[in-house]
Amino acid sequence: MKNDFRARNHPAWWAFLLHRLSGLALSLFLPFHFWALGQAFQGEARLDKLLVWTEQPLVKFAELGVILLLAAHLTGGLRLLALEFLPWRGWQKTLLAWAAGAALAAGLAFALAL
Amino acid sequence: MNMLQVSVWRGGGDGEYRSYEVPRQESQSVLDVVTYIQRNIDATLSYRFACRVGMCGACAMTVNGVARWTCRTHVAKVDQGGAIQIAPLANLPVVKDLVSDMREFFDKWARARGQFAPRATRKDAFARVASDSPGRLAADAGIECIGCGVCYASCDVVSWNPDYLGPAALNRAWTLVNDVRDGARRERLAAVAGDAGCHACHTHLSCSERCPKSIAPTASIAGLKRAVAIAAWKGEL
Repeated sequence: MKNDFRARNHPAWWAFLLHRLSGLALSLFLPFHFWALGQAFQGEARLDKLLVWTEQPLVKFAELGVILLLAAHLTGGLRLLALEFLPWRGWQKTLLAWAAGAALAAGLAFALAL
Repeated sequence: MNMLQVSVWRGGGDGEYRSYEVPRQESQSVLDVVTYIQRNIDATLSYRFACRVGMCGACAMTVNGVARWTCRTHVAKVDQGGAIQIAPLANLPVVKDLVSDMREFFDKWARARGQFAPRATRKDAFARVASDSPGRLAADAGIECIGCGVCYASCDVVSWNPDYLGPAALNRAWTLVNDVRDGARRERLAAVAGDAGCHACHTHLSCSERCPKSIAPTASIAGLKRAVAIAAWKGEL
């Protein structure tokens, strides 16, 4: 017999899924990030052209997604470190809430600064 | 009469769900429901139970997709619109109907060196362990496990890697690692340090979420990870 989604429907499992998916999505973004930075090697004009392109509203909006992914992955990772290295009992759900809250706050802070 | 629609797994691993109607009663447990079916509808239904009061852990089954002790689960708590689904524990072979084969589960306790290895002999004096010592407190946190298999059935890593020792066996190993009377610490840490040991845990916390005794095997596994890392650092493994 195998488990289905009902066995996994609890906050810590959702936190795991979010951490895993945000990690995968960031790993897909990373090559583009390095490519963008690499444009600087091609000269100032090339990089400036790319930076102007990133000022478009849709790209800015996509950036918000990247910030949210980063914040979620970072706070999820800090939560994992706390679970692995700190003495804990019972407050792991509070930790989840802190991780989610901090990720959301980082995303909103970026959105407000747009 | 108010009737409960009950879907029960019948047969072996390749079996199927069969539906039964059971009279709904006040304070009815899921184990009461299974017992009613066997005594009044189909005597060939196989299931396992012993104490009926949450001491033995024999009646653990999957109720509406979640591993639970059926004796301590009220129908009112899991009832979904007058229907419940009952299956054997996941991650274990099915013997028949609601009976799962627990051999692999307990073999893994042995593989995790879950046996106490005394340091002293019968000629020595009784060991004195202070009740507030860190080791005693760490062992206390996990020692109430009765081996029901709920954590093992809830663990995704067991599904993904059938060799994974699982939360219960690792929790047992952690209680012994903290037992100052035990003399097999190094061998035990070596036993839980492999690919199928403590480092395979993905910290889903399903074991801690579902444990009917409110034990947190995830904390025990985290403790083992630290102990293994320190022992490896010191060159003891």
